[in-house]
Amino acid sequence: MTEQTSHPLLDIKNLGITFSTSTGDVEAVKESSFSVMPGETVAIVGESGSGKSTSALAAIGLLPSNGRISGGQIFFDGKDITHIDESEKVKLRGNQIGMVPQDPMSNLNPVWKIGFQVKETLKANGLPSSDKDVSRVLEQAGLPDADRRARQYPHEFSGGMRQRALIAIGLSCQPRLLIADEPTSALDVTVQRTILDHLEGMTQDLGTAVLLITHDLGLAAERARKVVVMYKGRVVEAGPALDLLRNPQHPYTKKLVDSAPSLASRRIQVARETGQETDELLAERPKTEIQASLQHDFVQIENLSKVFKLRGAWGKSEQFTAVDDVSFTIPRGTTTAVVGESGSGKSTIARMLLGLESITRGRISFDGRDIAGLKGREMFTFRRRVQPIFQDPYGSLDPMYNIFRTIEEPMRVHKVGSKAEREKKVKSLLDQVQLPQSMMARYPNELSGGQRQRVAIARALALNPDLVVCDEAVSALDVLVQAQILNLLAELQSELGLTYLFITHDLAVVRQIADRVCVMEKGKMVETGSTDAVFEDPQTEYTQKLLAAIPGAGLMIPPEAA
Amino acid sequence: MLWYLFKRILQLIPVFLGATLLVYFLVFMLPGDPLAALCGEKGCTPGVAAALTEKYHLDDPFLVQYVNYLGGLFTGDLGVNFSGREIGSILENAFPVTARLAIEALVFEGIFGVIFGLYAGLKRGKLFDSTVLVISLIVIAIPIFVLAFMLQFFVGVRLGLAKPTVSGTAGWGELILPAVVLGLVSFAYVLRLTRTSVAENANADYVRTATAKGLTRGRVIRVHILRNSMIPVATFLGADLGALMGGAVVTEGIFNVPGIGSQLYKALTLGDAPTVVSIVSIMVLIFCVANLLVDLLYAWLDPRIRYA
Amino acid sequence: MHKYENTDTTPSPNEGITEPTRERLQPEAAEHAVAGNQKDLPGSALAVEHYIADIDETPVAATDSTVADEAPLSLWRDAWRQLRTKPTFIISVILIVLAVAIAFFPQLFWSEDPSSAECLLQNSNGKASSGHIMGFTAQGCDVFSRVIAGTRASLTVGLFATLGVVVIGGIIGAIAGYFGGWVDAVLARLGDIFFALPLILGALVIMQLPAFRENRGVWTLVAILVLLGWPQVARIMRGAVVEVRNADYVTSARSLGVSSFNVLLRHIIPNAMAPVIVIATISLGTFIVAESTLSYLGIGLPPDVMSWGNDISDGKDAFRSNPMPVFWPGLALSLTVLSFIMLGDALRDALDPKSRKK
Repeated sequence: MTEQTSHPLLDIKNLGITFSTSTGDVEAVKESSFSVMPGETVAIVGESGSGKSTSALAAIGLLPSNGRISGGQIFFDGKDITHIDESEKVKLRGNQIGMVPQDPMSNLNPVWKIGFQVKETLKANGLPSSDKDVSRVLEQAGLPDADRRARQYPHEFSGGMRQRALIAIGLSCQPRLLIADEPTSALDVTVQRTILDHLEGMTQDLGTAVLLITHDLGLAAERARKVVVMYKGRVVEAGPALDLLRNPQHPYTKKLVDSAPSLASRRIQVARETGQETDELLAERPKTEIQASLQHDFVQIENLSKVFKLRGAWGKSEQFTAVDDVSFTIPRGTTTAVVGESGSGKSTIARMLLGLESITRGRISFDGRDIAGLKGREMFTFRRRVQPIFQDPYGSLDPMYNIFRTIEEPMRVHKVGSKAEREKKVKSLLDQVQLPQSMMARYPNELSGGQRQRVAIARALALNPDLVVCDEAVSALDVLVQAQILNLLAELQSELGLTYLFITHDLAVVRQIADRVCVMEKGKMVETGSTDAVFEDPQTEYTQKLLAAIPGAGLMIPPEAA
Repeated sequence: MLWYLFKRILQLIPVFLGATLLVYFLVFMLPGDPLAALCGEKGCTPGVAAALTEKYHLDDPFLVQYVNYLGGLFTGDLGVNFSGREIGSILENAFPVTARLAIEALVFEGIFGVIFGLYAGLKRGKLFDSTVLVISLIVIAIPIFVLAFMLQFFVGVRLGLAKPTVSGTAGWGELILPAVVLGLVSFAYVLRLTRTSVAENANADYVRTATAKGLTRGRVIRVHILRNSMIPVATFLGADLGALMGGAVVTEGIFNVPGIGSQLYKALTLGDAPTVVSIVSIMVLIFCVANLLVDLLYAWLDPRIRYA
Repeated sequence: MHKYENTDTTPSPNEGITEPTRERLQPEAAEHAVAGNQKDLPGSALAVEHYIADIDETPVAATDSTVADEAPLSLWRDAWRQLRTKPTFIISVILIVLAVAIAFFPQLFWSEDPSSAECLLQNSNGKASSGHIMGFTAQGCDVFSRVIAGTRASLTVGLFATLGVVVIGGIIGAIAGYFGGWVDAVLARLGDIFFALPLILGALVIMQLPAFRENRGVWTLVAILVLLGWPQVARIMRGAVVEVRNADYVTSARSLGVSSFNVLLRHIIPNAMAPVIVIATISLGTFIVAESTLSYLGIGLPPDVMSWGNDISDGKDAFRSNPMPVFWPGLALSLTVLSFIMLGDALRDALDPKSRKK
């Protein structure tokens, strides 16, 4: 092993990648260099559009058809593979360089059985490909009952199982380098952790080098020895993971280290344990005054349940309990987070509170009134006081409405003010969410994700609501933008005395913004309490598992200890 | 899978009943003397009029009439036309000819449409792609009877490559030219559909993953891109049978093919309503069955459907 | 922040390095202190150098500060910008404008009105000559002026049939897609019934009816085409509405208290219109084809209405000796249909939401 380490397995030198688009050539990657030693794990970190995936995919010749390598060289095992022809690339793929792709939902061909898709990989790389070999490969990737699973189709698999199947495919031919492109970002945090652990174990046993692509600096630092930070197509900083984390040199890396929620969350944790003042680490929040006047009965959720009827085969109908006997309260002027993985029922609670879904059992009272009993006029007034902000910044704004109309709509619907007054209000709302007033005439497709989310916030605030329901409001944003939006939300809260219900799957975000937290699992509430209490002393195993799944544990060793 | 099949059949029944009821209703229930509609412009002899009244139970209530008519349709008793000829015997000879014509047309449009569409989809934006796209638009734009005359004139008369009209036996070879005419417009649609579908699938994540596994380009195209692109094409071919049957009326007329379409055309020009209704009802039945078969094919091509 | 000194090879913070420096290092001294959760990887005996790009060359922009400085782009304006340079779009628009002009003011194009001009038998199947650039029909009529005169009938049928299917199919499709459930199921089956009756076949049957046979004309034909053609538009509208129905902005509007009807009208339908516009443009072409096919079969427009289909039908018997009276109306027909289909195709590309999302 030590002999082989004398030269890098993958060596990328001054790589440039250009995409030809309808508006001309775009240089997606510029003069980027990094290398991977045999058996080593290297992580590339960056936000969307930073060129991190593109650089890695160039190594196995998987650039999209409009992309080309426009400069530099790629060496694999000492051999220049920058411009080799297709047949040589085919030889390289699979048994020399493997890949685990990002989205398990779209990366398995839906019309072929899992076993078939593993088998053709083995066959293409000249390995034995009997059904037994297929089962063995799947079993190694941690899929139980592999014989039966091999005969199933992708749609019969859960996301985690699909990702295991993809890992099985990626590693089936024992490649020397594995490119793992955000292998777990589409999965629930707990699944994410087990899969990454498994991947790490397998690659270690096989001596496979891993090029891990991720947007999460905490995850990168936890999994890789060396981290490469990319920004706008360039490598801005590269070095030992911990060194980078603790002593970032480039301004971008510094920003990233400050903003990454997983790290921030860990930092708070560490700081608390060492008895430090942490206010500057948290998003700004109104503390003393409002908490003194806590009104615990602002929103009361009591024994809330939601049962959906699902129609199955042969006309049988099944019942599915999405929310099962959940109770908690939201005090006025605070942020309450409901955390859970997909299918935990957290979004259903939000929809019931917004009056978009009927309540099966239990009750929700808002400012002392049962919302199930609201009719006509009262419901209309209630809607004015409770506003949502949704996750998808592309879906949350009507693409046919310009920004002015979007923000004005709530006021028009509720007949607030004259036209001139409404225009004035729109302008002041844009100021509040820190967007230029010149944006009023623009359309959503011209805005970035973060800007759209600001517009969505402005619209939610147009009627001066009391309660804002944020359903995964920052989940789709890049880390830096995410941090900005969280800060904005916190500022607005202290300015306007807003109450937030924050629905999220991301515990790290909860730590940054929430006062109180409810942990949900499969429709049931497993734990609730103040954020500090839940984070410092989780009572249930599930919460402990969730907390452990935040990447970066142990990275944030307090400065004194280092 | 069984549940899926059951559901599809269950959905088909009201469609078939509705369509035939519609046809029946249009012919027999709209204002006007049904006998006048049945007998056409020339009118029929009193004997035939009595037979028609008897056959269509014109004295009975509407629903009874309809049920009788359906019963006849399924037992093969199609009754007599306005000159007293058995409709069943007319169709017996004509049906195999049209079946041959339709099969040739479907094979032509299916095979060539997919081949050209696949190539264009893989070379999206290149010269071949844009040329083929423009040509396909032109083909779609030219009405089938203009196409038929043009090909009959140039291929049949000028170049002498094929007989401009078909003989009474209407063998496979003779039917090639009419089948190409019949299938040409659909060929253009199949081509465009395949192209779009291939171009979309070629950028799919699972195709990239398949490439990353070390499969050769040929295998990626065959096993992953083409296979998945066939799903919408199969659906189209089923729905297209209806258009082919309409087109057959024109094509068979021009090439003198002794099939169902030309019988329909003949019945039409003579104002022979009973024959028109019978033929259209049978075509609707064939269309419904064909679409059921396509649904099954669809389920076979796309496993996700089976469990839906 | 606390400065953590790693190794002596770490470049000092502000020292710009443009070229990556590759140095072999001694095993890292601080390794044990930081390896808390790091597995011992093969090759971990090697240290990794810390590279920092030149900060001047890689400036960090303020997060999320980009504001486009071009004029605001609505969906339609954006589509227009894409379309105006597209050759197929330009050609089809020119042809359509020409066809519409001919339909409205045929007298500007012909030298004599074919409905009043006498057809002289001595001109039967005459070759093209000056003033009669397309020759004569078997009856000795001027082909050119007949082609000009036929434009109006074809365009009228196409335009009004399209208008009809868009209104009826659009409303039915929007209702089916928006309300879902049994309403959707019933409307879907209803559409299937009409779908099972192919356009030409259905028209054949309907035209058999005395009520229709005796009142043949442009409006009868439009009614039949609308009756048989609406399910296609309804299906597309339904699909588009279902896609938009669950969008977050629709949920937002509902949680504002906007009524169901207004949500459908103000948010869903405008966003579901793009595919309907595309199919409507293409349908316009196919309806013109259907009109001519039915006229050709002798059950479309009555013989006294001048239309391309009727002219082709009239010329078909003498086709082998004189193909021109079939060719010219055929060409006019094909060009008109082609321009509508091409326009639809260009619109499809320009309105495709996938190409809009950046």
